[in-house]
Amino acid sequence: MSPPDIEVVDDQHVPRDVDVPLERLRDHLDNTWRLPPGLFGWLCSIDHKSIGRRYIVTAFIHLLLAGALAMALRVQLAFPEQQILGPDQYNQFFTMHGTVMMFLFAVPMVEGVMIYLVPLMIGSRIIAFPRLNAFSYYVYLVGGLMVWASFFLNSAPDAGWFSYPPLAGPEYGAGKRSDVFAQMITFTEVAALAVAVEIIVTVLKLRAPGMSLNRMPIFVWSSLVTSFIIVFSMPSVVLGSTFLLLDRLVGTHFYNPAEGGDVLLWQHLFWYFAHPEVYIIFLPSIGLASHVVETFSRRPMFGYPAVVLALISNGLLSFGLWVHHMFATGLPRLGNSFFAASSMTIAIPSGLVLFCWLATIASGRLRFKLPMLWIVSFFILFVMGGLSGVMLASVPLDLQLTDTYVLPSHIHFVLIGGAVAPLVAATFFWFPKMTGRLLNVPLGLVQWMLFTIGGLSAFGSMFLLGLSGMTRRVYSYPHTMQWDTLNLIASVGAWLLGLSFVLFTINILWTLSRPTKAPENPWQASGLEWSLPSPPPIYNFVLAPFVSSRTPLWDNPGPLPVVGGLRFDRREVLVTTVVEAEPDMRDPVPEPTVWPFIAAMVTSVILIASMYAPQPVAWGAIPFAIVMVAWLYPRRMVSPPAASVGPQAHQA
Amino acid sequence: MNRAAAILAGAALAGCSRNPSILLDTAGPHANEIQWLFWLFFWVCAAVWLCVIGLLGFATWRGLRRWRDTPAPATAPAEERRLVAWVSTGVGLTFAILTLFVGASYAVDRKLISLDSGPTMEIQITGHQWWWEIQYLGETPSAQFTTANELHVPSGSTVKLKLRSSDVIHSFWIPNVAGKRDIIPGRENEATIRVDRDGVWHGRCAEFCGYQHAFMGLTLIAETPDKFEKWKASQRLPAAAPQSDEEKRGQEIFETGPCGACHVIRGTSADGHSNYAPELTHLKSRSSIGAGAAPNVKGYLGAWILDPHGIKPGVHMPPNLQNADDFQALLAYLETLK
Repeated sequence: MSPPDIEVVDDQHVPRDVDVPLERLRDHLDNTWRLPPGLFGWLCSIDHKSIGRRYIVTAFIHLLLAGALAMALRVQLAFPEQQILGPDQYNQFFTMHGTVMMFLFAVPMVEGVMIYLVPLMIGSRIIAFPRLNAFSYYVYLVGGLMVWASFFLNSAPDAGWFSYPPLAGPEYGAGKRSDVFAQMITFTEVAALAVAVEIIVTVLKLRAPGMSLNRMPIFVWSSLVTSFIIVFSMPSVVLGSTFLLLDRLVGTHFYNPAEGGDVLLWQHLFWYFAHPEVYIIFLPSIGLASHVVETFSRRPMFGYPAVVLALISNGLLSFGLWVHHMFATGLPRLGNSFFAASSMTIAIPSGLVLFCWLATIASGRLRFKLPMLWIVSFFILFVMGGLSGVMLASVPLDLQLTDTYVLPSHIHFVLIGGAVAPLVAATFFWFPKMTGRLLNVPLGLVQWMLFTIGGLSAFGSMFLLGLSGMTRRVYSYPHTMQWDTLNLIASVGAWLLGLSFVLFTINILWTLSRPTKAPENPWQASGLEWSLPSPPPIYNFVLAPFVSSRTPLWDNPGPLPVVGGLRFDRREVLVTTVVEAEPDMRDPVPEPTVWPFIAAMVTSVILIASMYAPQPVAWGAIPFAIVMVAWLYPRRMVSPPAASVGPQAHQA
Repeated sequence: MNRAAAILAGAALAGCSRNPSILLDTAGPHANEIQWLFWLFFWVCAAVWLCVIGLLGFATWRGLRRWRDTPAPATAPAEERRLVAWVSTGVGLTFAILTLFVGASYAVDRKLISLDSGPTMEIQITGHQWWWEIQYLGETPSAQFTTANELHVPSGSTVKLKLRSSDVIHSFWIPNVAGKRDIIPGRENEATIRVDRDGVWHGRCAEFCGYQHAFMGLTLIAETPDKFEKWKASQRLPAAAPQSDEEKRGQEIFETGPCGACHVIRGTSADGHSNYAPELTHLKSRSSIGAGAAPNVKGYLGAWILDPHGIKPGVHMPPNLQNADDFQALLAYLETLK
């Protein structure tokens, strides 16, 4: 007896992909997965590759814009007592630089890369919840547009990227500036939480048959860990920024000590998120770099289980460190010592990953292609940042070094070296897969030299400036402090770094204008994504690959074994079990639709309006509910029983 | 050796002269303790960085030697064991170094706590946007007095600073003397300092506090107990009465004009309890105006009165446009506030 609400259908006599020859199957799939034409189709797209590309391109534009602000900051600080930027402009510039880089470049960039690569790496056709994925992109897009609009209207956030109240509170934060900051967080977090949930489900349920957990590519592991970090850390900052908005808009007193509030509450809520945030950026980046190291060492990653465990312990430890941002606030000394010890502990798993890379390189048959150069930059810059981080973790040292230029030096070494360098390496590495074109090598070489020399001199001299007592976030400094020379070196280094990104942009645009001719697997890499054409078709895999090792393309010199049994006249994916990735069921995939776009627009209007008055939160529920009904309106669907699938060799 | 290295690094990178506020040039025991800890961390970290980069070079050289080989399906067990040994050594050394660091930090932290005991005097410091109010607390109200932006302490004494904020978060920091302590509205923080070397030390606000965070400077003057007591006695006195007619007119302008609404000069009718602006009773005993924004000389003082925003944009003091005679009289009067 079946429950009445499940419709039992005859699923035995449906068209299956194994019943047609491969060439015709491709045509069928092209037809089934096709988007509606034109701009409308573009807005409807729920394909993870197209959404992932949009994330990456948008985040890259944020990088260029926020980088331009950094160039302006370094112009102002190049010489003492300059008046090019006034204090008001300077504060907006550095706040925008930090905020955009952290919230609108770094986190969305790694999300975009995860959205693009994870389904390809695990042999899936889709990302889980593809409509939610499209929704998240549009929310992020509007959040970014709002922030830049506020900047060009001279109303950008100006209380620093960590916006401590009371400076960001109702009494001292003038205008709408800090509201823009707080609401930007809401936009980013809505998008990030959606992506995190999608990635977790994608990784756990949509892997190709045979890809058990111990065969997952390292980047997929790092995406999974990162997504869990997002899920557990971001609610904290959403809460914090909501309190801030409420304080500013409706006169609550969460951060007002005069009425029993506490300004330190914000610092706890913020850093409980913002410390893990560094790992949200860093872990996917070392995942990407691991693939570069593995591919060019031409051997499977040494110590794969150790690297995976290191990623997981990094993720767990990242939640136990936030107080090291608050050593100077006068919290109990013994508690500080505990957080100092836990902060230093995180150097162990991070170090372990680096040692495993070194072992892989040393025991490999190394080919030194361009992406490997960025791994060298990673070592040069990130290890500096990691070691200065160990200094900052010591309570007595932190009391001297915190809030000086040692801190910008540390965070830039860590993020430029530990995240941006691997991301650039990944761009050179996966660009042919994404676009069918290989980036220009000589330009890349020049870019690498500018990047590394610029980064080293800019952030190295910032470290020395910090030791010379230069506090951060100063719009100018008197000549008598004798910080002139170091500041000039820092500025020149920063401009070289900026120039490297100009070259990078030129390289990308120039390459995009060239014909597509990249082979499927230009680097002889081992992952499933390299078995696809460059760029991959919209349905990714004609037939789900069957995985029997961690480096499938290296272990199967011929075509990959595949699994069939899905319908080709409807959008379907194969769902597998969590641990062993055994085929579990066929699952229908939602059609492309414009509702996620509309829902994102409605959400954005509500969020922006609620910066000005509390009521939109209430009345906004009505249009939002209507959109949700349209989005989720039940359509007639079959609920197929478990697929009759099994491994079978199919000539590709 | 460490001092020599600091000077060398400073000289090489800061244009061949000592930086006036290099935090490695210590003036008291707190900074001293942190200094040796810094050098321990610095040299160990520098060695670690060199080792890692060296290992990268070594690994690359090893890997490149076999670049012609076709990829082997698996590494030989013996080589795999060697790699495990290398990586385990690396992790073991990391652990050992971190244990050393945690232990040393903890020891220094305990030492810093013990240095805080037995203060012989208390000073209350209130952080304002963007200046420092400094109150010397005494047994009796008559022994108390208030000044701004210039902190005098007797050298060799342990001084407890009670840190208050009147608006946003600030952070009290005199690099050569001790680490930072945030000044948080709604909380009563404390910092303890001891300055052993006589001299002038420059500090500033370390937590971003708005437009003029960059110019929220604090001057610390450590002097012998005798000189300190003399200074204290002079600061307790009310302002000297003006002598010339112009100065008298200046005082009248101060009292009746906008100045007296915010500023206090003890001994005049502008003697309220305002803590809205720096106390000016002994203005000319201080070395700078605007919390380190400009030297305290007649020209800058005049410019400051006419348009403070020209010197320190965004400061809370409004421009004061007066007729030239009044302005000169006011300036003459202020010059008497020794």
